[in-house]
This record gives sequence, structure tokens and C-alpha cells, in this order.
Amino acid sequence: MSAVEHQGVALGDLEQAELPVARANRRRRPTVRSIGFHALGIVLVAALLLFMIGPLLWLMLRAFSGLWQFPQFLPSHWTLQWWRSVFDDKSLGNSMKLSFEFAPIVTFASAAICLPAAYAFSRLNFPGRRVLLVSLFATNAFPKIGLYISMAGVFYSLNLMGTFLGVVVVQLIGTIVFMTWIPTAAFSSIPRSLEEAARDVGAGPLRVFFRVTFPLAAPGIFVAMILSFLAAFDEAQGTFLVGIPNYITMPTEMYTLVLNYPEQAAAVFSILLAIPSVVLMSFARKHVMGGKLAEGFQIR
Amino acid sequence: MSELDVRPAGLLIDHVSKDLGGRTIVADMQLEVHPHELTCLLGPSGCGKTTTLRMIGGFLQPDAGRILIDGVDVSRLAPERRPTAMVFQNYALWPHMTVFKNVAFGLKLRKLPKSEIRERVESVLELVGLTHHIDSYPARISGGEQQRVALARALVLEPKVLLLDEPLSNLDAKLRVRVREDIREIQQRIGITTVFVTHDQDEALSISDRIAVMSGGKVEQYADPRTLYREPATHFVASFVGAMNFYRATLHDGAIQLADGTRIACEGIAPNGAGEFEVGVRPEDVEVTANDDGAQATVLREIPRGHYKELVLKVGDAEARAFVPPEVTASERPRIRFTRAVVYRDGALQQAEQPVAAG
Repeated sequence: MSAVEHQGVALGDLEQAELPVARANRRRRPTVRSIGFHALGIVLVAALLLFMIGPLLWLMLRAFSGLWQFPQFLPSHWTLQWWRSVFDDKSLGNSMKLSFEFAPIVTFASAAICLPAAYAFSRLNFPGRRVLLVSLFATNAFPKIGLYISMAGVFYSLNLMGTFLGVVVVQLIGTIVFMTWIPTAAFSSIPRSLEEAARDVGAGPLRVFFRVTFPLAAPGIFVAMILSFLAAFDEAQGTFLVGIPNYITMPTEMYTLVLNYPEQAAAVFSILLAIPSVVLMSFARKHVMGGKLAEGFQIR
Repeated sequence: MSELDVRPAGLLIDHVSKDLGGRTIVADMQLEVHPHELTCLLGPSGCGKTTTLRMIGGFLQPDAGRILIDGVDVSRLAPERRPTAMVFQNYALWPHMTVFKNVAFGLKLRKLPKSEIRERVESVLELVGLTHHIDSYPARISGGEQQRVALARALVLEPKVLLLDEPLSNLDAKLRVRVREDIREIQQRIGITTVFVTHDQDEALSISDRIAVMSGGKVEQYADPRTLYREPATHFVASFVGAMNFYRATLHDGAIQLADGTRIACEGIAPNGAGEFEVGVRPEDVEVTANDDGAQATVLREIPRGHYKELVLKVGDAEARAFVPPEVTASERPRIRFTRAVVYRDGALQQAEQPVAAG
């Protein structure tokens, strides 16, 4: 008995003594295998970067290039001419103005319509709840252009074609899924007892919503609003169909640009179109993914 | 009994019923919670104790019956209009507010002056010992501290009835004992009428003035902890609260007889009608004796429990669990007798003779 015990202890000591050495060895001399994995990782990341940033880089070069002929790696001549021509063109400036009018209006209209629905989907149990929630995806399930063409028929009879309201409605379609699903998830992640506790200390239902539910769901609602803004901002097909010729936004203007201007002007315009996305996305990353709000949800 | 004829402040649950999802959860429940007392609703999950608490708090409407606080019917009032305050099982602190704001929220709704709010929040946080966390966010403090913030948030409104929904179930065992003593201490200091829901009989026995044991939506017994333990009114209560040996046996003068003919001496037992009864014996009332009147038993297992020892014995065809002092060394075939027993027929208490000395 004691002999066995003794052996056990000795073995334990040995293992303990050897372990750090083994670990140090591993750190000092990486195996061929680990080098291989490492290299593969770098290659994949590089490929991904090239894939995502490459086109943007090319756009940037294009937007500032004067003369750029085939064998040359970089343009031989740099210019701001394309930027000037874009900003000087009255219709282009006008389309930018329109885009920045439509997108916020559509976003807030969508919020006004969808947020109450999201709250109902999350908190109330009504017949057909699941079916309705899933059916919101229907607008994304079919090719958009088919949907828009059949909508156009309805719009003609309602005299909505070529009107401001018509464009707002058609852009709304693309935001509904974001504006309903994400806030529904956000509301559902708030334990009901947090609302009940507020009722308990004396807050009426409306106050509970504005003091407890809304602030806690705000990060989710914020993300939904950003995605809706971008969906409305980038919407081209429906806006083209309904808005033409009175309302031409930036994405619809792109069609004309690509056809009528040199490539460089289209590049300038693409960059202008991308700016809101980049700004909003980095804003979202900073404020929504940031630790503080996420942490609050740990309390169950 | 008070000399005044005025009913003191308290909570009355008056023939309350509640169905949820087609199932009867609370069935014609009748309970009077005495003022300034801590009353536990104790029972297994699904017995209706939390549903009852939620009806008192106003989060559920009773299907039938009334709930009265201080003689006023509150059954139809919304939670925000009731003089109750609840501590939720998961504490339900608002994560976007600091401890101060959590506690102050209800006072702000009452439009009290800022200085008074500050004063009352500080004094209630002092009561629960959390002044140093006044500006912390709930996510930054421990579970036990969150639980005390929840208690402070409820107490600061000076409710007539404090409701606690399994407030200790999310804490680890050591902390649970300490926090429950803290809760009891605070409750007694401010003398607030309290309803405490738990499924832990140990918790209920240690802190309650009175315990209502619930099963199937009904109150099985409503009594102080000692009575509940010594004289469980029903078979269910006897088996739910504490450990209990049960035997089907006939009653004789000073003894019971099992179906296999084994006779075990039992103090205070008297014949009480013919036929078999359910006889319950607490393990601490099983005595290992040197006397010849003891029934012959066999030790199956000995389990050391620290401050006492548990013996698993075979007596006749039946089993008996005995709690004995750790220094008792039982022979392999000890003799045993029962010093006290409770007798049931059809689940209801028939006899609970106290030993003469304890009477």
C-alpha cells in the first residue's frame, strides 16, 4: 500500500518537474505543422482583405485618375476633374439632396410603423403571430423587380406614381424586415420581470415602456435604424420605377452616370454613395458593440 | 387576542382561485397573513405558491375571490396602485440605472423633492449595508449585493406588504444562509408584513413566523414552524417538511404493530379504532435502546453527518432511519423504540401525542 503510494507521489513530482520544460520547448521551436497553419491563416486573411478592400482601392484610384493606360500600374496623371464635374452637375447635386431626404424620412416612418409591431410580436401572444412574423420575409423571398412591377399597377390606380409618397412607400418595403425582426429580438431579450418591477414601484405601462423597455432595447433599435437607413439609401430599382422622372436619388442616378459619363465620374459617385455606409457602420460598431450596453443584458 | 375590536393591518386571501392554461393552479385558497409577521408559502414547484404571490402583487388577476390589504379590496388594482413591493427571483434590477437610480425610481415617480429622495435612498442602502455601491451599476456587483439592492428598492417605498419570490434561489449555499438571516433581521427590525415564497423547507423553518404549506393550489397547513414540524396536519406536510419514517400499522397501547407482526414500542400511542393507520416517526424520535422492550433491528448503513449520525435500520420488513448522537455506537443488531409518533388516516392527522415532559 505505502509502496504504491510512494510511487504515485514520485511520478507526480516527475510530471510536475517536466511540464514547464515541455511547454517552453513547444513555444521555442514551432513544429512544421503549426508554421503551415500560421501561413495558411495569413494567406486567407490577405485574400479576404484583397477581396473586400481591393475594389474600394481601385475605385479610389479611379476617382482621382486623369490618364491611366493599360500597362501602367498607377495612373500617369492625377486630377480632381471628376469630382468637379460631379459636384458641378446640377442634377447630381440634386439627387444627393434627395437621397438624404428620403433615407431619414423612410427610416423614421419605418420605425413608427414597425416598432409597435415589434413590441407586439415580442410581448403579446395573438393568433397568427408566428405566421405574420415569418411572412415579413416574403418581401425578400421574391425578385424585387417583380414585386415592384406589380406594385406599380396599384400605384398607378392610387396616383402614387412619380410622387414623393410613392417613393417613400416603395423604399419602406425594403426596411420592414430589419425594422421588425431586430427590435423584436431586442424586446424579447429583456426579461419581463424588469418591466414588472417598474410597474411594482408605481410606473404606469407607458412610463415603463419609455423608462425601462425602450432604453434597454435601444441598441437593437439603433442597429435596425442604421440598417434601414442604408437599405433606403441604397434602394435603386423601386425608386427608379416609381420616382422617375421627378425623383431621382443617388442610386438611380448611378444608372445614368454609368451610361453617360466616363468611368471616373461613376467612381466618384460610388465613393460618395459609400460614405454614409462607412460612417454609420463605424458609428454602430463604436456604440453598439461597446461593452457597457451589452453587459447590462447579463442580468437575467 | 387584542382587546380592541379593530382588525389590525394585514393581508387576507379570501377564497381565491386561478386557472392558467386550462389548469387550476390556485383552488379556493384561504389565508390570513398576520401583520408584522413573516409568512412563508412553502411547497413543491407547481403548487401555486408563486401564482398566489403574483396575484397579491397584481401581476395576475384572480378568477374568483378577493385579496384584501388592511381591509381594502385590492384584487382589481394594477400593480402600480397596490401597497405591495416585490423582490423578484432574478432581482430584476434595471441594468441601465445605477444602484441609486434603481432605488430612487419609485420615489421619483412619487414626485418627492430631490433632497428627500437622496436621504431615503441613503438610509435604506445603509439598512441593507450597500452605501459603498450607491453609484455602481448592477452588473458590477455580486449576486448577494444585487439581491440586497432589490430588497432596498422594495423597502424604500414603505409598502404595507413585502413580497419575496424565492429570493435566495440564485445564491450559493453559504451565502443563502447568511442572506436569509439578513432578510429576517431587517424584516423584524422594521416590522413589515412579509410573504416569502420558497420550496426550501429548511429556509421556511428558519425564518418564518408562520408557514403555509401548499399543495395542488390549496393550503395544506398554516402554522408556526414548531407546530408544523411537530404536528404536521396531513400526510403530505409530514413527508414534505423534514425527514419522516412512515409505517402502515395497527395501534396498541404504547406500541404499534406492523403488517408482518413486528411490534415496536412507541410512547403516547393509544388504540384509536380498528384497522391500519399511517404512522409517522421523525428520525430523531427513533431511539436505540438497551431495554428489552425495544424491537429487534439490523443496521444496514451508518452515515456520519458531522454533528449527528444517521442509521439506516431494518426492522421487520420495514426500514427506519434514525438520527443518533455521533458517540452512540450501535451493535449490529440493536433494539429500537419510538419516543414519539404522529398518526394519520386517509392522509389526515389523528393523533399527535406529545411526550409528557414536552407538553
